Amino acid sequence: MSILKKLKPKFWDYHDVAAGPHKHLFNFRRIWKQSVVLISLVAIIPLVLITILDYEVTQRAVETDFLLRTARLVSNTWRTVSFFLAERRSALDFVVRDNSYNSLCDSKRLSNILKNLKEGFGGFIDIGVIDSNGLQRAYAGPYKLEGINYREQGWFKDATYKGVNVSDVFMGFRRTPHFVIAVRHNLANGSFYILRATIDTDRFNELLSHLELSGQGDSFLINKGGVLQTPSKDFGKVLDKIPLPVPEFSANTRVYEETYKHKGLVIGYDYIHDTPFILMIVKQKAELMKPWQKTRLKLIGFLIASISVIVVVILSVATYLVNRILLADQKRIMTLHEVEYSNKMASIGRLAAGVAHEINNPLAVINEKVGLIKDMLTIKDEFKENKKLIELANAALYSVDRCGTITKRLLNFARHLDVKIQQVNIDEVIKDVLGFLTKEADYRSIKVSVNVARDIPQFESDRGKLQQVLLNIVNNAFAAVKDGGKIDISAKREGTDLISVTFTDDGCGIPKSDLERVFEPFFSTKTKQGGTGLGLSITYGLVQELGGSIGVQSEVGKGTSFVVILPLKIDKKEGKNDEDIACR
Amino acid sequence: MKILLVDDEKELVSTLAERLSLRNIEADWVTTGEAAIKNTETKIYDIAVLDVKMPKIGGIELKKKLEEKNPGLKYIFITGHGSEDDFKAASSEKGAEYYLVKPVNIDDLIIKMKEICFKKEQA
Repeated sequence: MSILKKLKPKFWDYHDVAAGPHKHLFNFRRIWKQSVVLISLVAIIPLVLITILDYEVTQRAVETDFLLRTARLVSNTWRTVSFFLAERRSALDFVVRDNSYNSLCDSKRLSNILKNLKEGFGGFIDIGVIDSNGLQRAYAGPYKLEGINYREQGWFKDATYKGVNVSDVFMGFRRTPHFVIAVRHNLANGSFYILRATIDTDRFNELLSHLELSGQGDSFLINKGGVLQTPSKDFGKVLDKIPLPVPEFSANTRVYEETYKHKGLVIGYDYIHDTPFILMIVKQKAELMKPWQKTRLKLIGFLIASISVIVVVILSVATYLVNRILLADQKRIMTLHEVEYSNKMASIGRLAAGVAHEINNPLAVINEKVGLIKDMLTIKDEFKENKKLIELANAALYSVDRCGTITKRLLNFARHLDVKIQQVNIDEVIKDVLGFLTKEADYRSIKVSVNVARDIPQFESDRGKLQQVLLNIVNNAFAAVKDGGKIDISAKREGTDLISVTFTDDGCGIPKSDLERVFEPFFSTKTKQGGTGLGLSITYGLVQELGGSIGVQSEVGKGTSFVVILPLKIDKKEGKNDEDIACR
Repeated sequence: MKILLVDDEKELVSTLAERLSLRNIEADWVTTGEAAIKNTETKIYDIAVLDVKMPKIGGIELKKKLEEKNPGLKYIFITGHGSEDDFKAASSEKGAEYYLVKPVNIDDLIIKMKEICFKKEQA
């Protein structure tokens, strides 16, 4: 709570009560809020927009990149698988062209060819020669398949018709997954025979499992009916039907996105020509996007950090500027008050002078009339012995004299309000000021003692300002002390160029927290009693104009001591007169 | 010693003249500047006691008018406004010997008059 209080800017709770109908113009909290919102919008909105744009572009670039990479991988794998099949088909083609039908029907020769194919190419399990009737004439391999008739087999019909056939993977008689490559060769007599080889699917599996797949990828072959031709990590074993739709035919590699079990999948595929196989590579989108998510986190982190820095800077700058505006406004008000104060003092002076003048004339008449009575009583013999009347006349003259002293003091005070720098006797000024408060001191039994050191010479100062300073401080002391209290005023020399005037009272004192603020404009603990908080502030300004300084020491319950230091010779540049104040 | 008292307060100036005459000082009194000028045309005075602020012709202006025809006349100013210091600072008038603030103590006034006469005799 106290930290918040410390952070709270000066203007936050400031209300210019004197602003009147233009109050809204001096609502500094509103000015601050408007500045912060406006600058934040101008600074942050473009940043957020650019970040969103960058986010979109980068995301799209990353997505395009991994789609391209998937397409490239599918294409490369397709080439490998196609080459594998084409290589074996070409080998069989070579065998039928290099050997006559009869030599192929020779078991030894056929076994020798199988041995060469296994060693030269690999992947061959067995090899057989089937005549045009579908009867297997010769066979080399681990099974006893001689004499089997394949006339009704699909691959036989297809090979007979097309000249070559690559079959789906199937279990067949041997109960292991395999597929067949069959090549037809025409004989000179118009007949034909088919060389049929069984290929081990392990070679396929090995080929696909060695692929470097990112994003928990899966690669496999399916046939056009969606049946797995090689095992899949995620979609089942060989000859299972995959749960994904069979992709539509395309002559080229294609990549598309699919949702499976609420997961995004990126699927690349390609049809392998002249075979029933479709190569498919499936990757999980979330896994592929992981590097992008790291980048995205960095981007969002950067955005948050940037916005934080901008907000801190905006808050600091707005607070600083509004504080400066408040200070400037307070200076403006202070100047206005000073001018108002000077005008008020001048008006009081004129009023006092007018009153004194008006009173002085009838007073002079009374003085002369009573004087004449006294003259007659003292000078003329016939009234000489009437002592009672003489005493009465003397009493009346004494009262006239007292009235005259008061009006002269008023005139003296008013006269010095307009006077500029002159020679001043500090003792006289103190006595003049106290003259106004003698009666109050008497009524409240306040003991006022004055002690002015004899070695203080007359010095240069503005008497009007000096008496205002002293009057303000003495008035404050009178306000602080209780009835029967004590106020000491002492003046002494401070070195060769300065004098000090100290006002000590035994009043209520000022709390330590308020002590450093007593000279601030508008600081008052008596606002409810009508205090403006300007008295000591104006006093401070006046002392500075006189080229001096003012300090305060206080202890709650014990009293307060104000010390005014004044130069014996005023610096003309330092001392500012009333016109200067008015022009500021 | 012949004195001319000029003040718009009739009660003041007449009483002051009477008090001076009780002390064997011959004093005439008038309440306007015009009357004062008229008086000086027929009589010769040593000192003129002038109120600074009077209707129509004030004390300072009156002094200027009197000076032309009465070169030997000396002046004492009295006023209910300001003080001696103030007067010296404010007025550049020459020949004004003294300046007294109302209410005037008659003894002080007589002392000033005697001083002026003494200086005159010395000159």
